[in-house]
Amino acid sequence: MNSFFALLGDYTFQTVALGSMLLGIISGVLGSFAVLRKQSLLGDGVSHAALPGVVMAFILLGSKNTEILLLGALVSGLAATLFIIAITRHTRIKFDSALALVMSVFFGLGLVLLTYVQKIPNSNQAGLKRFIFGQASALLQRDVHLMAACGLLLLLLVMLFWKELKLFTFDSDFAHSLGFSPKTLNLLLSAMIVLAIIIGLQTVGVILMSAMLIAPAVAARQWTNRLWVMAILSAFFGGISGLAGTAASSLVPKLPTGPAIVLCVSLLVLISLLFAPGRGILHKLYRQEKNRRLLKTEGAAGNVSSI
Amino acid sequence: MSPQFEIQLIAVTVAVACALPGVFLVLRQMSMMSDSITHTILLGIVLAFFITHDLSSPLLLLGAALMGVATVWLTETLYRTGLLKEDAAIGIVFPLLFSLAIILITRYAGSVHLDTDSVLLGELAFAPFDRMIIAGRDIGAKAIYTTGILLLINLAAILFFFKELKISTFDPMLAAILGFLPGLVHYGLMTMVSLTAVGAFQAVGSILVVAFMIGPPVTAYLLTDDLKHMLILSSLAGAFNGIAGYRAAVVLDVSIAGSMAVMTGILFLLVFIFAPRRGLVSVLRRRSRQKIEFGKTLLLFHLYNHEEKVKVQEGVAIDTILLHLHWHERFTKNILWRLQKDGGIRIENKIVKLTNQGRQASLQAYEELFMQ
Repeated sequence: MNSFFALLGDYTFQTVALGSMLLGIISGVLGSFAVLRKQSLLGDGVSHAALPGVVMAFILLGSKNTEILLLGALVSGLAATLFIIAITRHTRIKFDSALALVMSVFFGLGLVLLTYVQKIPNSNQAGLKRFIFGQASALLQRDVHLMAACGLLLLLLVMLFWKELKLFTFDSDFAHSLGFSPKTLNLLLSAMIVLAIIIGLQTVGVILMSAMLIAPAVAARQWTNRLWVMAILSAFFGGISGLAGTAASSLVPKLPTGPAIVLCVSLLVLISLLFAPGRGILHKLYRQEKNRRLLKTEGAAGNVSSI
Repeated sequence: MSPQFEIQLIAVTVAVACALPGVFLVLRQMSMMSDSITHTILLGIVLAFFITHDLSSPLLLLGAALMGVATVWLTETLYRTGLLKEDAAIGIVFPLLFSLAIILITRYAGSVHLDTDSVLLGELAFAPFDRMIIAGRDIGAKAIYTTGILLLINLAAILFFFKELKISTFDPMLAAILGFLPGLVHYGLMTMVSLTAVGAFQAVGSILVVAFMIGPPVTAYLLTDDLKHMLILSSLAGAFNGIAGYRAAVVLDVSIAGSMAVMTGILFLLVFIFAPRRGLVSVLRRRSRQKIEFGKTLLLFHLYNHEEKVKVQEGVAIDTILLHLHWHERFTKNILWRLQKDGGIRIENKIVKLTNQGRQASLQAYEELFMQ
C-alpha cells in the first residue's frame, strides 16, 4: 500500500497516468461513434497509416518535436481516410478491404521512407519508429498538455454537433433527407476519430490504439441503450483503464504500459459482456433457465391464449 | 543463383501464395481478419518458444498457425454472442492477444533474441543469408523452399476445393443445404490464411502480409466478375508487385518489402482510376451521361405534359421550366442546348417548343419505361 501512495506522488507517474487517462476519455467518447457506425477498425487502419506522415514530417522539417510529428501523422491519417472513403464510394470494394489495402500500403510507404531517412548522414532519426509503436513512459508534460488541448477541442466538437452526429450515426438516410449532408458529416466524424487516434499513438502505439477506440465503447454499449450514457460510460471506462494500466505497469516490474492498459480495458469488456443487466450473457442464461422452468411447471397452455 | 534472383523468386512466390487465399478473404468481406491474424501469430510464436526454448524449431510455426485459427475462433465466438459487431470483435481480440505477447516477451524472454520488430517489419534483403543445406550442399535460400511449399499447398487446396470454396463464399446457405459444410470450409480457409501469414511474415513482415493478401485481389476485383479470372489476375498482380517493388527498392536503396507494398498501392491506384467499366474515370463518365440522359427525357416529358394538359401549343418559357423542375440554371441550359441540337425542341424568344420529333421521342421513351 505504501508503494502505491509513493507512486501517486511520483512526477513521471502523474504525467503518464494523466496522459493515459485523457487518452482513454477521448477515445472512449469518439470510439462510441466509431463502434456504432461499424468503423471501429478505422483506429487500426489510421494508426498504421500515420507512419509515412511521421517520417515525412521529420524529413521535411528536420525536427522531432512531438507537435510536428503529430501534425505529419494527422495529415497522412486524414489522407488515408479520404482514400478509403473515395474507394468505397466509387467502387464496389467494401470498407474492410479498402481499409486493409490503404493501411498496409501506407505502412509500406512509411517503411520505405524510414529506410530512406536512415541513409541521410547525421540524421538523428532514432526514435521515429518508437514514436509509432508507442512508449507511454516517455510522455512529457508538454505532450500531456497537447493531448488535453486536442481532447478539449474534440469534446467541444462532439457537444456542438451532438444532434447531427447522433442522427447520422443511427440513420444517415434520414439525416440526409433533413438536409444534413452525409458526406460532410462522415468527413467530420472521420477527421475527429483520426485526431483522437493520432494523439493516442505516442501512449499506446499503433497496434494497441485500435483497442482503446473499440473496447471502452463496446463495454459501455452493454450497459445502456442511450447514446449519451454510452459516451459518458465509455469515457469513464477508457479513463479508468488508462489509470489502472499505468498504475499496474508502475507497480509490476517489466510490464509495459500500453499492453497493460489494453489488458485492463479488455477485462472491462469481459465483465460487461458477462454481467451487464439485460444484455449480458449471464442474464440471458438466467432468463432462458427461468423460461425453461416456467415451461416445465406450468406448460405453455397458460400463455397461448394471451398470444 | 544470385542473391538478386533469389530475392525476386521469393518475392514472387510469397506474393502469389498470399494473393490466392486473399481473393476469398476479400470476397467474404473478411479482409481485416488477415490483419488480425498477422498480429496474433506473434503470441503463437512466443508460446511455442516457451515450450521448445528453441527459436529455430518448426514448432514455432505450428504454434503461430494454431494461434491464427484460435484468433478466428475467438473472434467469431465473441461475435456470435450478438452483443457486438464483427469489426468490434476483431478489434478487441487481436490487440488483447498482441498485448499478451508483448507482455510475455518483455517479462520472460527479454534475454532471448525474440524481437517484435523482426516479426512486424521483416526484411526480404536478409532472406538469401539463410541457406538451405542438405548433405553439405547449398541448394539455395531456405525461404525459397518454405515459401515454395506454401505456394504449393495453397494452390493444391484451391484446385481441390475450388467448388466448395466458391459455393460457400457466394452462397453459404446453398452450400449448407447441399451438404458442403460451410463451417469446415471456413476454418479450412482460415487455416490456410494463418499458414500463409506465418510463412510469409518471415520474409516481408506481418503488416505487409496484409498488403500482399488484400492488395492484388482488390485490384483484380475491379477488373473481372469471374472467380477464376480473379484468382489468375490476383496472382499476376502479386507477381508484378513483387518484381517491380524489388527493382524500385534496388534503384532507390530502400526497404524491399515496403517498396513492394507501395507498388501494390500504385498498381491499385492505376486500376482504380482507369479500369474499364469499374474504374473511377468510367464510373464518373457513366454517371454524368446518365444524368444528362435522365435530364433530357424528363424535360421532354415535362414539355409533352404541358402540351397535353394546357392544350396550348405555344410552348413554355425557360424561366417556367427552371421554376418547375428546380434544376440549376447551368444544367438546364446544357440540357436545353443538347435537346435543341438533337432536334427535339425549338427555342424562340426564350420560349421552348416541342418539335414533332421531340414529341415522338417523348412518347417512345414513355412506352419503353412504363408500357412493358
